[in-house]
Amino acid sequence: MTESVTVEHLSKSYKLGALRQETQLRDQLVRVLRQPFRRRAPTQILWALRDVSFTVQEGEVVGIIGRNGAGKSTLLKVLSKITHPTSGRVRARGRVAALLEVGAGFHEELTGRENIFLNGSVMGMKKKEVDAKLEAIVEFSGLARFLDTPIKRYSSGMRSRLGFAVAAHLDPDVLIVDEVLAVGDAAFQKKCVRAMQDLRSGGRTVLFVSHNMAAVENLCSRGIWISDGSVRLDGPTHAVIEAYMATFASAGAGANEFAAVEGRRGSGEIRYTRVEYLSEHGELQPVIRAGKRIVFRLHYRANETIERATFAFNISTELGTLVTEFSTWLHGLDLPQIPAGTGYVDLEVDALNLLPGRYQLSLWINAGGSPRAADSLENALQLDVEETPIYGSSRLIDNRYGSVFFPQRWHFGGIGSGVAADVSSAVKRSKA
Amino acid sequence: MREWFSEVWQSREILYFLAWRDVKVRYKQATLGVAWAVLQPFLTMVVFAFFFGRLARIPSEGVPYPLFSYSALVLWTYFAVTLAGVGNSLIANSDLITKIYFPRVLLPAAAAFGGLLDLLVSSVFLIGMLFYYHITPSWTMLLAPIFVAQTVLLVLGVGMLLAALNVRYRDVKYTIPFVTQIGLYVTPVIYPVSFLPERFHAVLALNPMTGVIEGFRACLFRGSNVGWQVLGCSWAVTLLLLLLGSWHFRSTERVFADIV
Repeated sequence: MTESVTVEHLSKSYKLGALRQETQLRDQLVRVLRQPFRRRAPTQILWALRDVSFTVQEGEVVGIIGRNGAGKSTLLKVLSKITHPTSGRVRARGRVAALLEVGAGFHEELTGRENIFLNGSVMGMKKKEVDAKLEAIVEFSGLARFLDTPIKRYSSGMRSRLGFAVAAHLDPDVLIVDEVLAVGDAAFQKKCVRAMQDLRSGGRTVLFVSHNMAAVENLCSRGIWISDGSVRLDGPTHAVIEAYMATFASAGAGANEFAAVEGRRGSGEIRYTRVEYLSEHGELQPVIRAGKRIVFRLHYRANETIERATFAFNISTELGTLVTEFSTWLHGLDLPQIPAGTGYVDLEVDALNLLPGRYQLSLWINAGGSPRAADSLENALQLDVEETPIYGSSRLIDNRYGSVFFPQRWHFGGIGSGVAADVSSAVKRSKA
Repeated sequence: MREWFSEVWQSREILYFLAWRDVKVRYKQATLGVAWAVLQPFLTMVVFAFFFGRLARIPSEGVPYPLFSYSALVLWTYFAVTLAGVGNSLIANSDLITKIYFPRVLLPAAAAFGGLLDLLVSSVFLIGMLFYYHITPSWTMLLAPIFVAQTVLLVLGVGMLLAALNVRYRDVKYTIPFVTQIGLYVTPVIYPVSFLPERFHAVLALNPMTGVIEGFRACLFRGSNVGWQVLGCSWAVTLLLLLLGSWHFRSTERVFADIV
């Protein structure tokens, strides 16, 4: 294995306050005139990257993850030579192509075809190469009909498709990609993923920044987690993602207090105090992943002894469409007497088959067989379901495709079982 | 340095495409298209010929005044228009600078070369005028392109300096049209150098465009003459500005993406 990208003690600092301010000569002159002998006020320095080192082997696909502002984008900009590091250095073998923004440098007035040549050239392709690949690029983009239309008439989706189509044909040794899979429809996304997989199988190196953990998990063999400008963890993708996700479990995440909810309805003999999302091992689960086992722990406080209680909650989409209701009553369960004080009930869901997206929870309790709720909380709680490779495919499946999914299999044994006979009889008939 | 030159050489096609883009965009929705390249110096010439040639009777060294002023305007228009383009080339392409890496010098260079098409078109018109006024051809006319080349170098030098300053100080953007406007009057476009009292000649020679335009005219017209001192001074200032411009550009280009 040969090293494809080597990053050694890379640091990058920005002067805060010095940026964008004083870009008028006048301001500087005024300052010098007012305080001719005083030195410049020390500017605050922000370290966007601090002593980052790693090496990437040829053929590796590395996912770079981290929160916003962690330094991922700065790292990509330094890797692609757009900006210079304050210290340290980067070495890359072969042709490096950086796709920080799909279609960067497109010109509004030029046609799709003209922009392919312009963009391709700026990204490092020779004119001959673009000539040779033009057909493939156009086909990839699916925009053949609009090729001679100025791109100011393109939708943003069309623009992205054209941009990625050019990028997919750059044929670089090292490809640096920043969050571009977020564009386009599902079919186009699949093309992009396939293009990146082709690069990988062709022994090319890919560095890929994304907030989409499913995409990172699918595409990358290795993960690098950047936090506060430094490498926090570097290793197998799955382990890095798990560790990264676990940090969202900062105090209270995964648990939801209701003490402060105002305007609660209900007679109040018993009330919910808190809901926790737990894993199957009973640990707080800050990140809920589609299709995984989950335990909803419903904490209550009873002000008196409660007979014949029913606990219930439902899940609806952000738009308010009811997805499903969970209730002890639907199960025909008779709960034991609940003494005054606090406690909890658990609802264990084997597989939370909600497609990734944001959902709302409404909760209520009935007591003493009364149809009137003792406690009722409407849309009191959010449930964010994160992406996982749902059907084991690399497609990004989220709530654009509905709200729920089911364990499923396709069978193709029936393909071709009756076709030949039908055709031959049809041919005979037409001859006769 | 050698590495940089080889990188720029490797990327020369980008230069071509950027210049091509500039030209294409400039005339895309202009009905008159490339005719503008002639119209601009031509109409200026008409105005000059009327006010300065006919009314003010400024001497033109035995050359018909319209031809005298148009020949200078061909170069001056290129200089003024292209200098603005080069000076703004970085801030106008900030999306490219912050998203894609390529040798940054290609942006000002593309703006400088993109303007050459206009110059070519207006020069063709100049040749037509030479015939129209029955100017006797001479071998010195073959030397005229030297002064075109000098103008390109001058635009590149000054332009790179301004472009790099423009990234940090947007004042530059407003200064350029002002400077070129003033420049027109301290350059012998409307008048020959000989029109001014002797004591101003040395000062005027410090303006590199003085040598360029006087030299250009001397190549075309028998009656015009230019001193070697003026030409030497002009070239010295041009090369000095080219050095200064590229030095400043090279030493600040690392931070373009951070502050543009």
